Amino acid sequence: MTARTMTGAEMIIKALVDQGIEVVFGYPGGAVLPIYDEIFKQNRLQHYLVRQEGGAVHAAEGYARSTGKVGVVLVTSGPGATNAVTGLTDALMDSIPIVCLTGQVPTHLIGNDAFQEADTTGITRPCTKHNYLIRSADEVASTLHEAFYVARSGRPGPVVVDIPKDVQFASGTYRPPEAVNHRSYRPRTRPEPQAVEDAVALIETAKRPVVYIGGGVINSGLAASRALRRLVQQTGFPCTQTLMGLGAFPASHPQSIGMLGMHGLYEANLAMHGADLILAVGARFDDRVTGLLSGFAPHAKKVHIDIDPSSINKNVAVDVRIVADAGKAIEAIRRRWAARGGNTDHRAVEQWWRRIAGWRKRDCLKYEQDDKVIKPQYALERLQVKTAGRDDVFVTTEVGQHQMWAAQFLRFEHPNRWMTSGGLGTMGYGLPAAIGVQVAHPDALVIDVAGEASILMNIQELSTASQYRLPVKLFILNNQWMGMVRQWQELLHGERYSESYTNSLPDFVRLADAFGWTGLRAERPNEVDGLIDAMIAADGPVIADVRVAQMENCFPMIPSGKAHNEMILSGMEEPEARIDAEGMVLV
Amino acid sequence: MSATEQPQERRIFAVVVDNEPGVLARVIGLFSGRGYNIESLTVAEIDPTGRLSRITVVTSGTLMVLEQIKAQLARLVPVHGVSDLTEEGPHVERELVLVKVAGGGARRIEALRIADIFRARVVDSTHRSFVFEITGSTEKIDAFIDLMRPLGLVDLARTGVAAIARGAEGM
Repeated sequence: MTARTMTGAEMIIKALVDQGIEVVFGYPGGAVLPIYDEIFKQNRLQHYLVRQEGGAVHAAEGYARSTGKVGVVLVTSGPGATNAVTGLTDALMDSIPIVCLTGQVPTHLIGNDAFQEADTTGITRPCTKHNYLIRSADEVASTLHEAFYVARSGRPGPVVVDIPKDVQFASGTYRPPEAVNHRSYRPRTRPEPQAVEDAVALIETAKRPVVYIGGGVINSGLAASRALRRLVQQTGFPCTQTLMGLGAFPASHPQSIGMLGMHGLYEANLAMHGADLILAVGARFDDRVTGLLSGFAPHAKKVHIDIDPSSINKNVAVDVRIVADAGKAIEAIRRRWAARGGNTDHRAVEQWWRRIAGWRKRDCLKYEQDDKVIKPQYALERLQVKTAGRDDVFVTTEVGQHQMWAAQFLRFEHPNRWMTSGGLGTMGYGLPAAIGVQVAHPDALVIDVAGEASILMNIQELSTASQYRLPVKLFILNNQWMGMVRQWQELLHGERYSESYTNSLPDFVRLADAFGWTGLRAERPNEVDGLIDAMIAADGPVIADVRVAQMENCFPMIPSGKAHNEMILSGMEEPEARIDAEGMVLV
Repeated sequence: MSATEQPQERRIFAVVVDNEPGVLARVIGLFSGRGYNIESLTVAEIDPTGRLSRITVVTSGTLMVLEQIKAQLARLVPVHGVSDLTEEGPHVERELVLVKVAGGGARRIEALRIADIFRARVVDSTHRSFVFEITGSTEKIDAFIDLMRPLGLVDLARTGVAAIARGAEGM
């Protein structure tokens, strides 16, 4: 071990480099000037200047989710830190590894209501996996190394390191990263053999099995997706994915039954409802997935694999709990199952597939497209057709109807290609996230499927993409409404559209021009293909303003307070009568 | 049966944590943020060289909620271990209380008599008041306090429960 004396700010750069970090998203300010000074003096770290700190965290999230690496953020004290809070909460909910360095007022001023002082560790305690306040230069290196270990180990998440300005100037001893043997945080990654045995026994006898997978499979790494594919193929079981799990199993695989949940596919939700075995992998039985808990999968034995013990038995009581890394657990189950003879109840599973095929015939995503008004589903269907076959396509989204349609109509064959704000539902996520993805994959086609309301929440980041010549494509499904809010007002609030119409929208084509982007617009269905072709062909960033039907609703939909078998499908009569008072209070 | 209809149980959790700034806020924030009950909470350093503190928290909830509380505590980074003392076997639990009783005459004599029955110690005495110290289970302390109220109880301070497993094993 070599130890060297340097300033706190120097050590921060050195620690980031030693951690293999190449990219930092940030915004300077008074309390981080020594760190920015060190950034100026070196060329190992590439700093991307965002236009608001919230954008920096989402960009780091996009970077992390598309690479599997830790995303790094650098912001100043006070407002810099508080602006980062939404992104940190987003990363916590979606288990994204982020290390966020925040400047802090000098140690002797902490607690004095100094200029740009905020209690950053206090504010971020509930929205981070862990946080630190560094009190001396000697702690800088070890704290940063530990922060990276915590961010990426176990269930990943955001970690804040708050660094007072005097610590950045002070001298201390630098220590390089070593194999971390953390005092207390050592998450279990290997499954318990008895739990694996119990899971295998259920697999062997299941008549109506469903493999239900979530973002944990993606977080576990590519090996987990491969192991999952082997298990699903060899058992012949159907596989449904959560919003976060899209891409962990190939969408085009015949055993994929698509996304489940509130706006999931008819076949996926009915399969969950009718299942006698649910094998949950890296998914957390979120309320958007389960619908009415007492009506959720009433006949199923449940096996739950999760690296976070607190995810198990939280919403849904399970029969077999496996606390482990998703990839390791899947592979252990597959091996044990194969070693015991690789048996399933073939005949019953075949029959089960026939029932699923019947549900598929319902064609739940069906919509009507005339030759006058573009349906949002049509625009996405064409986007899917025009990008199919390429393996360099990354999609981010904002939050709302367009997000759900994108999840339904775009098809992901690989993990790490789909970046959406799942748990927190953060409008404004998609543009900065796309910037982060494009930084990580400069030559890829990175598309933010957006709504016109969400995109305005972080619209300032257009400037970031311009500065770094990042050719991200904004594909705005512009219906002039906060579509999901409007849909709920229609279904639950007697069509009283309170404040959900966006007046005074900008002219997105001219807005693109103002930022040096290319602006495109389509207003008729026959213009959609040309718009997509032009968008993809453009070398630089593009805003594609797709004017879509204003009152289109996103179906299927499990109304709040209802079970999987009570979905509303497109074309059903009087859906509002189906939501009761108890359902009304749910979000 | 929904979670709210299930019976509530009382549990004592012992949590060994790094003694570092903010660790108590983390634990308390977890309880308030997730809507768990805290009936009592005590914390003190137990190992100055290893910088370890022990938090004893008494809570109640359904079995599912109690399992959540344990798992949520265990996943906090500075937490070394969580023990469900109620679930894991026999344990001893004690609470200490200081009770100030003021007044004179028959009430003063009666207070002293009851304190004697409860084996409370007098740790401060004036012509107009006593401070009693008593250690015991929560029930015993509740009973003592109830008896003291009509006899001039003017102030009290309770430590909350400290608990430890019976037998030779450490946590």
